[in-house]
Amino acid sequence: MAKQNIDLSVNGFTYRVAVEPWRSLAEVLREELGLTGTKVGCNQGDCGACTVLIDGRAVSSCLTLAVEAHQRQITTIEGLATSPDHLHPLQRAFIDHGAVQCGFCTAGMILSAKALLDQNPEPSEEEIRQGIAGNLCRCTGYVKIVEAISAAAQTLRGAREER
Amino acid sequence: MAMPHFEHHQPTSLEEALDILTRHGAEAKLMGGGTDLVMKMRAGALEPRHVVSLGRVAGLNRISYRDDDGLVIGGSTRISEVAAHPEVRRHYPALAHACSVMATPQIRNMGTVAGNLANAAPSADTAAPLLAYRASVVLVERGGRRQVKLTDFFKGPGLTDLEPGEILEAIRVPAPPNRCGSAYQRLSERSQVDIAAVGVAGFVALDLAGAIIGARLALSAVAPTPVRCPEAEALLEGQLPTPELLRRASVACVRASRPIDDLRASANYRRSMVQVLSLRVLEQCLALAKGESTPRV
Ligand SMILES: Cc1cc2nc3c(=O)[nH]c(=O)nc-3n(C[C@H](O)[C@H](O)[C@H](O)COP(=O)(O)OP(=O)(O)OC[C@H]3O[C@@H](n4cnc5c(N)ncnc54)[C@H](O)[C@@H]3O)c2cc1C
Ligand code: FES
Ligand code: FES
Repeated sequence: MAKQNIDLSVNGFTYRVAVEPWRSLAEVLREELGLTGTKVGCNQGDCGACTVLIDGRAVSSCLTLAVEAHQRQITTIEGLATSPDHLHPLQRAFIDHGAVQCGFCTAGMILSAKALLDQNPEPSEEEIRQGIAGNLCRCTGYVKIVEAISAAAQTLRGAREER
Repeated sequence: MAMPHFEHHQPTSLEEALDILTRHGAEAKLMGGGTDLVMKMRAGALEPRHVVSLGRVAGLNRISYRDDDGLVIGGSTRISEVAAHPEVRRHYPALAHACSVMATPQIRNMGTVAGNLANAAPSADTAAPLLAYRASVVLVERGGRRQVKLTDFFKGPGLTDLEPGEILEAIRVPAPPNRCGSAYQRLSERSQVDIAAVGVAGFVALDLAGAIIGARLALSAVAPTPVRCPEAEALLEGQLPTPELLRRASVACVRASRPIDDLRASANYRRSMVQVLSLRVLEQCLALAKGESTPRV
């Protein structure tokens, strides 16, 4: 069966790719576009390692067919930092608060956190925990992740007030 | 397990979707968010030659509410959109609650309510609240439309009244009367991020004297399909609510269940929990109906 030509708009760049319709967005991001920041853990929607944003909303890219993302706006972890020296406040906070151990869950955690903060700039601790309820971490015990997200929320609010 | 190889269609109108579906008959599968379908294809349980995606069909993604007409949820509306909708939260708190706590944020952003019903898992979280609200589904095929009560829609685990060639176009829910309350409670292992081991939804309406004029209870994950509890409903209707009456109704709910032992819970545990959750749901419904509390979504 034929490949389909699709336009994937990832982190502001548009890529024309030919994909088999049964391939997941996670596979195509990693294997066709070389964007390996998106991880695949369970490949069944449970762990959240593959989380990316489509039109601003967190989804599991392991269960999303790449063809379904045609002409949608996709954000992956590679799209967050403006340059290697200018990390996104969430990335900075994850480092500063020791919220990264093996790092396998980190990209997905940060994208779920970004979707949350974009909708709710001042979340309670409970709301943060709900926001990352679809992301499993085997290392950190979550406390430092929650602290990092809360700190990043503050930084982002500060930046907004300055503007 | 490798994914089966299929052709993928993204129709932009209902007519086009119905044409593709009719053309390919049993070789075609509809896809909403794909959260059940992709999993089943990956597990080798389904091998369609054609996947017809509903995500770009115009007019299928909608939610509307009118006091005279009630709620309409489109056939491609996402679970998270239903959970966030202000009028769903105000008038249908049991449904809003189910849509806020089931699965994960990612799956709620992908999965649709229509897909949850059409997939017909005994544990489908939106099914119990929609049964308690007396919802119907609108099924469309090339030749026309029919409306089916949700109680008649579920036929068995994974089985529904949907014919090949039909699309679940919309879910219709009657408007709630005055002095009513509704609630949904579920139990699962990994707090909420797991299939429910038991789910109970309730709806109660009171008359001016405080007697129950309408009661509906529905269970998920404790029978081959989501089910209503007619015996419990009949016990409640026309009566003044007392703790003893609620207790008897919750015991009657257990009799409506036919639970099995599985890895999530034993049948005995499920029966005990049906009673506990039914009682809590009824208390919540009554507090809302009397205006003693506000919806907790
Ligand atoms: C990690 C994970 C956690 C989950 N947790 C829960 C949970 O807690 N509670 C729960 O109830 N479910 C849960 N699910 C199951 C699933 O997410 C839901 O059932 C969801 O609502 C399915 O919707 P969908 O749009 O993704 O369906 P799809 O996978 O697209 O479709 C499911 C079935 O419905 C059919 N279908 C879809 N739309 C239509 C339509 N409009 N007309 C006719 N047929 C149609 C498809 O052909 C298919 O057979 C979970 C799934 C995953 C992967
Ligand atoms: S890899 Fe997608 S959710 Fe685990
Ligand atoms: S840091 Fe290792 S899984 Fe989260």
